[in-house]
Formats: sequence, structure tokens, C-alpha cells
Amino acid sequence: MSNAFNSPYFRQPASVRSVMLRVLVALLPGLAAYVWFFGAAILVQIALASLAALAGEAAILALRDKPVWLFVSDGSALVTAWLVALSFPSIAPWWMVVVATLIAIVVVKHLYGGLGQNPFNPAMAAFCIMIVAYPQLMSQWPAAGHQADFAAQWQLIFGGGPRVLDAVTMATALDTMRTALHTAGGTATVGAVFGSQPTFGAFGGKGWEWVALGYLLGGAWLIQQRIITWHIPVAFIAALGVTAGLFHFISPDRYAGALFHILSGGAMLGAFFIATDPVSGATTPKGKLIYAAGIAILAWIIRTFGAYPDGIAFATLLMNICAPLIDLHTQPPVFGHKNGGQP
Amino acid sequence: MTALRQLFRFHGGVKPAYNKEPSTTQPIADFYALAPLPAEFVIPLHQSIGGVPHPLVAAGEQVKKGQLIGAPDGYVSSAVHAATSGTVKAVEMRLMPHTSGLSALCVVIAPDGKDEWIERQPVPWRAMAPDEVRDALRDAGVVGLGGAVFPTYLKVNPGKKGKLDTLVINGAECEPFITCDDMQMREQAEKVVRGAAILRDLTQAGQVLIGIEDNKPEAIAAMQAAVTQTGEAKIEIVPVPTRYPAGGAKQLIRVLTGIEVPHGKRSTDYGVQCFNTGTACATYEALELGQPLISRVVTVAGNVLRPRNFVVRFGTPMKDVVALCGPKPDSDRLIMGGPMMGFAMPADTVPVVKATNCILVGSKALFPPPPPEMPCIRCGECAKVCPSDLAPFEMYWFSRAKLFGKAQEYHLFDCIECGCCAYVCPSRIPLVDYYRFAKSEIWAREQEKSAADEARERYEFRMLREEREKQEKAAKLAAKAAETKAKLAAAATPEDAAKKALIAAAMERAQQATQNPPAPPADNAEAPPAPPAQQTPS
Ligand code: SF4
Ligand code: SF4
Repeated sequence: MSNAFNSPYFRQPASVRSVMLRVLVALLPGLAAYVWFFGAAILVQIALASLAALAGEAAILALRDKPVWLFVSDGSALVTAWLVALSFPSIAPWWMVVVATLIAIVVVKHLYGGLGQNPFNPAMAAFCIMIVAYPQLMSQWPAAGHQADFAAQWQLIFGGGPRVLDAVTMATALDTMRTALHTAGGTATVGAVFGSQPTFGAFGGKGWEWVALGYLLGGAWLIQQRIITWHIPVAFIAALGVTAGLFHFISPDRYAGALFHILSGGAMLGAFFIATDPVSGATTPKGKLIYAAGIAILAWIIRTFGAYPDGIAFATLLMNICAPLIDLHTQPPVFGHKNGGQP
Repeated sequence: MTALRQLFRFHGGVKPAYNKEPSTTQPIADFYALAPLPAEFVIPLHQSIGGVPHPLVAAGEQVKKGQLIGAPDGYVSSAVHAATSGTVKAVEMRLMPHTSGLSALCVVIAPDGKDEWIERQPVPWRAMAPDEVRDALRDAGVVGLGGAVFPTYLKVNPGKKGKLDTLVINGAECEPFITCDDMQMREQAEKVVRGAAILRDLTQAGQVLIGIEDNKPEAIAAMQAAVTQTGEAKIEIVPVPTRYPAGGAKQLIRVLTGIEVPHGKRSTDYGVQCFNTGTACATYEALELGQPLISRVVTVAGNVLRPRNFVVRFGTPMKDVVALCGPKPDSDRLIMGGPMMGFAMPADTVPVVKATNCILVGSKALFPPPPPEMPCIRCGECAKVCPSDLAPFEMYWFSRAKLFGKAQEYHLFDCIECGCCAYVCPSRIPLVDYYRFAKSEIWAREQEKSAADEARERYEFRMLREEREKQEKAAKLAAKAAETKAKLAAAATPEDAAKKALIAAAMERAQQATQNPPAPPADNAEAPPAPPAQQTPS
């Protein structure tokens, strides 16, 4: 009798691909807001990153003698590609996203063993490498309200030569805030900075706050789909909010408030799509809370006191290192070992 | 009596498609009313957890239906009986209903067609000492019919306190396709309830909770009616939420009482015990009707045209039973048990045994091989559904890397192999296979180690024995010398009785010294010499 496998004999129709595809779908609301406020350049970057990711993954799989189609089609490379593209300035030169994606896939993912094995979040590791190598290029972001200037954006991406930075680019809200507070010799106040620049919106960065809400929406759907649990986003947002809020309460002129931090930069992308990467993160319920809160607090510290405008990427890598330890010490009690078995 | 009682949740669990409907449209049938007796019954001696019963019959002997053919061996073991009257054709190795494809000793009976019972006498269990009742259950071959086949008599035990708080009767039957308990409760509710009452009395239970998954309304109603009609006290039917594996003993105990019995602990220490409904029924039949366990209700389902439940005697070839249900042509395997925890049979000729709650006929279409396995992405789905609150992916990782010690640190042996983790894994990793592999490797290593230990012990024991024999010899010689001396003394001075007593005492000491450490030196010149000093066994 032929039977090549053992019980259970049937399974839920779940697959890595369906998980990854739903993550991509969950990114769409944020992406839509992105395009609405900042133009179609991001779509170009996503296309570039996707192509680079698939090509890079296929090549390295072939080199590693692994089944190419099985793994390329699992969708995980696309998720990495999209996260790289979404965390880079959409008007960065084309080669940056391509190089970053290749680093993410080939080095950070496959040289560490491929799907499921990488200790670091590939997109964030690539982001860190690029921001250290090209701090200038990584700080030129599109300006809100210039979505019609696609030609100009295209020129910035593919133009080569000296980059003409004009109305279509702008420093982000986080960057502006940090620079102002750091350089004005302590005279600038949060309130004054916030009101003075067109980069600020109602709470965070102009336009960016809507993108952040888009990520929130997509992330909530991921929770509903049971692809991620609430632990990481909630702990992330709560820790960031409480830390920022506390310091803002103590010294409102020197520290931006909770909402500003939550709705600016990569916070929402980080809370729902990056810290939730299960491969490089903590997996136990308690561990997830610690892990996500750790990223949020580290990111706040880097944002507030560090040399880089945003700290989500560095904070994620730091906590990636801690994840196995966190898991080890937060294993939930198993059946019968809770209260000596009593209800 | 279905008062709303507080139920508890167990962690995790899944809701697979139940597929129970098709096999419940027809009543339970007596297999032998629809089909001729098989040409031979192949009755394995080892049908329960524990020692292999030793055969009481030899080839050529006549047996009657219900006659004891395998006697329990050791403390944990259960008797085995003839399924019909006829001639013992052989006592030989036959293929077992087990994935391993191994053979084991079976009693092969050629039926004489008369199907003649032994004399059956109700067991006056109320008037008997608890140990005697337990012996009766052991000799009637009653074992857990939920699939675990643990000898029931060992579980009929009021525990340390002398009485149980709660006796749980498991009618949850959470595995897809299987409906034998469901149908038995519908049709033989009274027997089940009376059996539960016997178990209640034997365990001195304060209450009996019969847990039935709420997807079996007919069974719940029938059992409810039987409780009312029999008037049995302290028995309550409790519908429990349908969620696999609610029928796991530990899970059901948790749901009904909130108590979690840890792995490796006796549930009686927590004041609870759990029996399957089929076991309750078998207990009733064994004690009230004097009928040993020779058959059970078996569900035949899956890739067959007419799924149904049958009463099948142990030793009947599975293929005969399946044939009655019209297996579809593309059937490619028989699975004993359900799709979540069942095992593929090595051939369709293997016999139905006490553990056979279901014969599930499989096919490529019904149970397609899973798509290629992917690496674990640590998504945690498996941990979310694990009813033992384990971290399946960590255990998987360590089992795969053969870091068995690590796997055990992650509580590998608390895994009940329910299959929930593998059921949900998006990477389609056959997780349970890894756990089975790791467990068997660990057992094998322990066996090796204990074999080495045993060899050492044997050696030490031999040394000890030789030493003891030497001492015994010496003691005997000493005793003999003392005896002669005493005789002589008695002859010489008949009045000296005190001396005699002294000598007797010395003799006694000499004898004792063969068992115990050195005797104190004799303080009397007349006494025989003390046996040689000996070593205390260390
Ligand atoms: S469900 Fe599968 S892929 Fe997900 S963590 Fe568990 S073993 Fe890994
Ligand atoms: S098979 Fe074991 S590890 Fe998997 S869900 Fe069941 S108890 Fe947990």
C-alpha cells in the first residue's frame, strides 16, 4: 500500500505564499496614500526592487542548488523588496534600491541560510548599510503635494549626473525636527519648529501621517487574518507613545509628542510590517511584547539623541540580536505546569 | 440536569472538517449478521499497553467464544479472549495492525460455525473487594477503547484520598470521521450510563461528568434520557464546545474541571480520572453480563460508498469489514483511527483489535500528499494551536538537528501528537513525524543505556549471589555443628535447658546472618562460632 506520509492526513490549505501575498495586500493602503501624496515614483522603486529581488533570489537559489521556482514563488522575496522600496526615499537613484534589495536577498537572507534562517531583518539590514554609506541620498525625500511632477521624479531616479534638488524634494519631518532642535543651540522649541515648516502636517509629516494610517489599516487587517498577532504592533506603539509622551510631558519644548513620533518616519511600517517579521523576531507572546517595546524605545532614543533622523532600522537590528535570548526566557508554561495544575 | 456549568478552555486546537455525518445515517450493524464468519480469526495477544499476555492455548485445541486464550502477564497487562468457538489453528507470528509492519504472536482460530459462548456469569462486584473487581476487569480484558488501550483495571482507582472528586467520561470524540462513540451513545445509552455508574462506585467519585462535543445532539439527548431513566445519581451530561482535540483525556479534564494534569502525573492525584464511553459500556458488559471484551464498535469511513458503524470482533481481517462498505476503486490505504492521529496499516489483511475505533479508507483524492515542505518561517501558527502549550517549531528545530536533549527541554514528551501543529503549518512541515522520530530515538538511547545498566547490574548481582551462597553454606555448616553439639549437650546434661535455648538463639542468629549484616559475636563459650564476617551489599 502506498503511503508516503503520516498523520495528520489532511491539512489546512495554508502556504507560505498565501501568507506573503496577504502581507503584500496589507501594504496596499499605505502604498495608495504614498502615491496620492508623493506621486508615482514609489511604484517605480517597487518595480525595481521586485525585479532585483526575484532575479537575485533565482540566481542565488540556482547557485545554492535549491529548487528555484519553489522558493522564488513563495513571495517572501517580494515582501522584502517592497519593504526595502517603502523604507527608501522614492526619489533615490535607481541603483540604490536595486543594490539594497540585492544585499537584503543575497547577503542577509541567503548567505545566512535562506528562507526562515536569517537572524536579521533583510530590509532593515540593507537600509542600515545604505544609510551609513550614502547618508545624503538617503535623506532626500519627495515633498508632499508634488505628485504631478512625475517627470522630475523620474529624472531624479534615472537621470544620473548631478541631482537638481528643488521643490520636489524635502527633508522629512523627523529630520527637520531633529536638525532644528540640535542646531539651534537649544533655542528652538518643538512647537515653534512644528509650525514653521511646510513639511509638517497635522500631527506628523505632511502626507506621511496618512501613509502611516494606511499602514495601520493594512496591519489591522493582517491581525484579523491571523497572520500577525496584536502583541508586536500594540507593544510597539504603546512603548513609543509612552516614552515620547513622558518626555514631552516633562519638557514639551525639547521633546516632540507621542503622536508625532507614532505618525512620523517608519514607525507604523515598523510596528506592523517590520517588527512583525517572525523569522528575525521574538515568537513567544511575552517575548513579542518585550521585543517590540525594545525596538520602539531604541528607535525613540536614536531619533532623539542620535545622528540619524530615523532609528527604526537600527533599533530592529539591535533587537534582532536579542530575539533568541528573549524567546529562551519567555517560553510560556506548558500544559499542566501553570498553577500546579489547578484551575 | 444540563445545568449551565462553568467550562474551561484549553489552549489552541483546530476545527477541521468533521465528516461525521455519512457514517451516522445507518444504525450500528452486527458485522456477522451481514457477513459470514471469517475463515480465520487472527487474535493478537498484545492488544493493550503493558506486558504481552502469554498464550493459554495451543494448536489443535478447541475453544469457545469468550474463552480466555491469553493470560495477563505482569502488573500492567490485560487478558485476551477467543472471538468465536472453533479450533486453534496456530499460535504464530502474524502481521500486526501497526505502521511498523512488524509481526507479533497471534492466536489463529478457525471458527466451527457454532459460535458457542462460554458460560457467562455476572460478576457480583458490589460484594467483592476492590482488588477482586480489578482482577475481574483485567481478566475480562477491558481496556481503554478510546484508542489508548490502557488496561482499565489499573485506572479504576480512587486515588490517594480514597475517593475521586470527579470522574470524567469521555464521549467527546473529536477526531474527524470517527462516530463509533457517538452511535453507541445514541443506541446503547443505558449501558454506557450504567457502566459509568459502576465506575463511579468503584472510584468513589463525587460526581460523574460525561463530556460530549456539542456537534452530537442526538447522543446528548439519548444519554440525557438514559440518566433520567436509570435514575443514576451524580451523573451529568455536559455538552462541550466542538474543537479538536477536546476528546484528548487531558483536554477534556481541563474543559470540564479546569484541572490540568501534567505529563507524567497520575490524574487520580488531582482527584480526577477519565474513561471513554466505550470503556464504560465494556465495563458494564464485563461485570453485569459476565461478558469478556471480544468486540467493539468500529467506524468504517472515508473513501467508501456506504460508511457505517459495525460491531466487530477482534481478529476479524480489516478488509472483510471494509468490503461491506463498498470501498471505491481508487482507495490506496487503510488508516486505523482518524485522519489527525491515525496510522496507515501495512496491509488490509491485518486484524481489527481493541484499539481499532475506526478504519478510515484513504485515497489520493481524499488525503492528497502535502505539497513540498518549506523551511519553517517561525510564523508561530503551530504554537497558537498546540493544546499542550508547547513551542512546536522549537521542538521541530531541535529534533531535526538531533539535539534531543534540547528538544526535551522544550517538553517534547508533553506533546500528545495530536497533529494540530502540522495541520496549520503554512510550510507544510510534517512536524509530528519529527517528534515521533525524536521520541523513538530518545527511547532507543535510554534502552541502550538501561541495557548497559542491566548488564552491569546482572554482573553485580551474580557476584553478590556467589558471595551469599558461600555464606549460606558456611551458616549451614555452623548450624549443623551447633545442632550436634546441642544434641550431645542434651544427652550429657538433660537438666540444662537454658543452654539449649541459648544454642537455639545462636542458630537463629547464624541463619539470619545469611540475610543480614554481621551478627554480634557470640558471648557464650558454648555457642557455636559466629558465621564468617560478610560484606554488606552496597
Ligand atoms: S507553523 Fe510551521 S512554519 Fe510556522 S512556526 Fe510552526 S513549524 Fe514554523
Ligand atoms: S502534535 Fe504535539 S506539538 Fe503539535 S500541536 Fe499536538 S501536542 Fe502540540
